[in-house]
Amino acid sequence: MTKSLPVVQASADAPSTRAGAEFDRHLAARGVPLKRAETVETLQVNVGKLCNQACKHCHVDAGPKRTEVMTRETAEQVLAAVARFRVRTLDITGGAPELNPSFRYLVAEARRLSAHVIVRHNLTVQFEAQQDDLPEFFRRHEVEVVSSLPYFLEQQTDAQRGQGVFQKSLAALRRLNAHGYGRERSGLLLNLVYNPVGAFLPPAQEAIERDFKRELLTRYGITFNRLYTITNMPIRRFLDYLRRSGNEERYLRKLVEAFNPATVEGLMCRSLVSIDWTGRLYDCDFNQMLGLGVAPELPQTIAEFDPSLFHARRIMTGAHCFGCTAGAGSSCGGAVAAAAG
Amino acid sequence: MAYYEEDELQRFSEVGKHRPDLFEKFMAWYNACQEDGALSRREKALIGLAVAHALQCPYCIDAYSQACLESGSNMEQMTEAIHMASALRGGATLIHGLQAHNSVSKVSM
Repeated sequence: MTKSLPVVQASADAPSTRAGAEFDRHLAARGVPLKRAETVETLQVNVGKLCNQACKHCHVDAGPKRTEVMTRETAEQVLAAVARFRVRTLDITGGAPELNPSFRYLVAEARRLSAHVIVRHNLTVQFEAQQDDLPEFFRRHEVEVVSSLPYFLEQQTDAQRGQGVFQKSLAALRRLNAHGYGRERSGLLLNLVYNPVGAFLPPAQEAIERDFKRELLTRYGITFNRLYTITNMPIRRFLDYLRRSGNEERYLRKLVEAFNPATVEGLMCRSLVSIDWTGRLYDCDFNQMLGLGVAPELPQTIAEFDPSLFHARRIMTGAHCFGCTAGAGSSCGGAVAAAAG
Repeated sequence: MAYYEEDELQRFSEVGKHRPDLFEKFMAWYNACQEDGALSRREKALIGLAVAHALQCPYCIDAYSQACLESGSNMEQMTEAIHMASALRGGATLIHGLQAHNSVSKVSM
């Protein structure tokens, strides 16, 4: 039972400055301004929308029929930025990034430049043509693997990610474990991502991580390092689902009611720059999907990127930003704060 | 006048209109009960779900179904909690059969 709070209308599939202003006012009223950090720690590159899956909650609207794929030339521009500015972390996502012809080049070169490389790996892509050796490729390049597994049971996972995905995901996880991923003292990181299978917020990260560790080990003999809880953003396919199911207003109200000012300092948009398949720059992957680029006074493409220009600059916001500040917060690295009491 | 509208859950604070001091005391106690303690939030949410069913309160069933999901429970676990509530209600009904036995015995030869 909760007290009544104002509801913010979701932006449609276009940027909504009104919704962003609402979020900014919410921050200002609580004295928690949102500005970029001193440094850009991570370049998160979305190499395209092509994917072997078509998950119901996907904010990218990715799938097997999508044709948007980053070119080798743009990948080279990303690597040039990594080299020139000694970028600490390159976080590669998609779609299924492994399906991009430049993916392995991007990983190998970024590792040669000593960047930490994270791959957002959907697990089932291991069973696509010419992807059989992915676990060995990841191991050889000491890639951190981050994989979605919305629940430790088949029904919930398949309901979100498609029929048969759960069993394939288990098979893929076992292969990663066999290569040392998620095993103690191997140094090979296998982190999983929980996101709710529906219009509700994720549980406390540490509590659900304990459940996942126990259940995946006892039921399937699978181990992993960390579980990240990520809130579903009211964008694209998940927004379509909210509207179809009559949950839009209720879900958005829930996000606003659960606003936790302690999350703001750890928001990923403060220290990350997101790059789309054409090389354009955004404050996060969600803004990217809404076409909401970085502030107009900043460089707009990776070819012009200079992290020093981002220092303490404003961050573009929308109604979806309430998704990252709800409860314990949400980022590509999971919760960012203790849940509000 | 409609009963049990979903949106009414959001208007809960209106019941404090005439005695806000009492409502605030209730809310402070209510919220403190939800916190992690010797029992986890998840266990408490499952207890709440069972009690909500025993009370047959649609507001509470809605609120605690969401609370169970948001504390990581699945439908199998939630269904077991509902069965616990049902079993206790059934058992409590059945044990009162002894009252009937006693009543009948008292007047029977």
